[in-house]
Amino acid sequence: MTARPIDHDIREITDDLLKMTKLVEETIRDSIKSLKEKNSDLARAIIANDENIDDQEDTIRDKCLKLLATQQPLAGDLRHMISIMQMIRDLERIGDHCEDIAKYTLRFEKMEFIKEIIDIPIMADMSAKMVKNAIDAFVNSDLRLARKVWKTDEEVDEMFRNIYDELMSIIDKEPDKSNQSVMFLFIASHLERIADYATNICEETVFAMEGNYEME
Amino acid sequence: MAQTHLQKVKTFKNIVFYGIIGTLAALTLAALIIIISYILMNGLSHIDFEFLSQDPRKMGREGGIFSVIIGTLYVTGVGIVIATPIGVAAAIYFTEYAKGGKGVTIIRFFTEILAGIPSIIFGLFGFAFFVIFLGMGWSVISGGLTLAMMVLPTLVRATEESLKTVPMAYREGSLSLGATKWQTITKVIIPCCKPGILTGLILGIGRAIGESAAIMLTVGGSLRVPTSLFDSTRTMAVHLYTLASEGLSMERTYATAALLIFIVLVINGTATLITNNLGGSNGN
Amino acid sequence: METKFEIEKLNLYYGSFQALDNVDMNIYRNKITALIGPSGCGKSTFLRTLNRMNDLIQGVRIEGTVKFDGKDMYGLNYDVIALRKKVGMVFQKPNPFPKTIYENIVYGPRIHGEKNKSKLDRIVEKALYEVAMWEEVKDRLQKPALGLSGGQQQRLCIARCLAVEPEVILMDEPTSALDPVATAKIEELLKELAVKYSIVIVTHNMQQAGRVSDYTSFFLNGKVIETDKTEVIFSNPADKKTEDYITGRFG
Repeated sequence: MTARPIDHDIREITDDLLKMTKLVEETIRDSIKSLKEKNSDLARAIIANDENIDDQEDTIRDKCLKLLATQQPLAGDLRHMISIMQMIRDLERIGDHCEDIAKYTLRFEKMEFIKEIIDIPIMADMSAKMVKNAIDAFVNSDLRLARKVWKTDEEVDEMFRNIYDELMSIIDKEPDKSNQSVMFLFIASHLERIADYATNICEETVFAMEGNYEME
Repeated sequence: MAQTHLQKVKTFKNIVFYGIIGTLAALTLAALIIIISYILMNGLSHIDFEFLSQDPRKMGREGGIFSVIIGTLYVTGVGIVIATPIGVAAAIYFTEYAKGGKGVTIIRFFTEILAGIPSIIFGLFGFAFFVIFLGMGWSVISGGLTLAMMVLPTLVRATEESLKTVPMAYREGSLSLGATKWQTITKVIIPCCKPGILTGLILGIGRAIGESAAIMLTVGGSLRVPTSLFDSTRTMAVHLYTLASEGLSMERTYATAALLIFIVLVINGTATLITNNLGGSNGN
Repeated sequence: METKFEIEKLNLYYGSFQALDNVDMNIYRNKITALIGPSGCGKSTFLRTLNRMNDLIQGVRIEGTVKFDGKDMYGLNYDVIALRKKVGMVFQKPNPFPKTIYENIVYGPRIHGEKNKSKLDRIVEKALYEVAMWEEVKDRLQKPALGLSGGQQQRLCIARCLAVEPEVILMDEPTSALDPVATAKIEELLKELAVKYSIVIVTHNMQQAGRVSDYTSFFLNGKVIETDKTEVIFSNPADKKTEDYITGRFG
């Protein structure tokens, strides 16, 4: 195996991808932390930081574009690049969801929580892990991990259904709490979306490695 | 410093070698110019219309050399006409058909030897074989056949060399269009080789036209204008030799020599022109 | 899809060297098939079995069958001249004959017996038109072909090949000696020609194979490693060796 110029460029882009992933993962955790602690400063920092994530996406996309134009990758290389370009888009969307969660935090600023938040942080933790593991699976070409992470989505969905049922019954029984309940529901829904993006990343990993989307 | 010294030595060596080579080249050129101008100076003044249009009289002491000019062109022409198809065919056989065979190596070896045989031996053979054995007598045809044998090696060599320079791509191009080998040779390869074949011809003519010994033994020395292939005649080179060796007329000797040189120059010039034109129409 | 060539268990030897090893392949009508692989992998040799140009080389031995339109090309009494008329070839270096543009194109028709001057004129116009050169050279048909640019010379060679009305055109790295603009013109031409002709092209340029061909076949050490639709070969080849070659990991 000879070292090719393209390998160097791909490694550089992969490093950038890992950096972006780390930032996104922290943002997910921070967004829930800000909610739990009603930390408006942290929430505002997250909102401001979204631009940073967008910038990282742009930087990586530019690098990908340059590589496509100059190195004309084929076969596995080509799929790898296409996957990265999809993944950074997914990561950027995850960032947007975190921003939305942070915006809810600001609305909670002067409220008392109607209940103790337990499930949402667990769900957030799961989603954040999924994102990290999905990217790790890609970077390490770990098909088994990619498929495993993809499977985890079922658990997140299950959790979301439980939260949904619980909040709906609160709305039914105690209409005065419906305002907060709806907000929690939205937050849970954002987390559920984040987990979905993580599964997208897993699918891209399988595509990059196998050229198909067979996840089972 | 060492480098400059080395460079100085190199420059000095260059100058010395350049000087030596230049001098040698100048010497060669000088020899040519001296010979040609000496002959022309002594000969040109004696060439007039009478000299060109009249037959020799009194063994060449008087009159012109008209019949001799005709004889020269006739014998040389017959020799070339016989040698060209045989030579070209042989060259084509060697390069296109019998590539690298053992037989070819042997034939080529003998062809090379043929090129080195002194002309008098050709003359002797021609005399014994054509003149006596085949009963052709002293005649244009005996001389032509003998000359043909003499120029054959040169012609084969030159043709072969030019055939070899025809790119394989032309052959492939032609064959890939469904041409037969023969069509490829006649329609693509030989047209490409015309300049090379012509060069061979010029060299052959040069050798044939200047030949005296072999001609004397096979054509004889008749001073009449030959009317058939089986007439004896005389070529300019033979005439020149006779005039000079028997001291018949030094004026006419030089005049004949001058004319011979002139004819050779004209043939060479024409051939070069034709070659250039052929090259030109090829676009290369 | 109609098959033009059916190649089965083809082995080719130069003396004791085996240049092709058990090659099986189909070449389809009105499709462009690209042959790729590292130097010396046998792709050019394979190409030359399709018009029996290997016959020119001494010491070549061939086993297996190559069928052209269902008939065994290497069978007894097969008419090679007729075959080469139907299967034209364009070479790596443009090789127009040192004749005029006109003479180059009528060369093929003439050797196949066409003598009618006005018919030959029409053939010249049609062939040059097909390679999109008619407008460029119609006023200098009697000029030497070697005075044309490299790209024009190559298109002239394609026109020369079209003039004998072939069914298949074999191309042996036809653009390797040309600049990108001339290359682009030839590639564009290939796409148009594929409507009428079946084309087999050997190329070292991976992007070219990707751009022009419908099928791609990867050769390695005289074997066909993989043949598939071009987009599959270049996005998701089945064999690791193909992947390694086209992503530049070796070769």
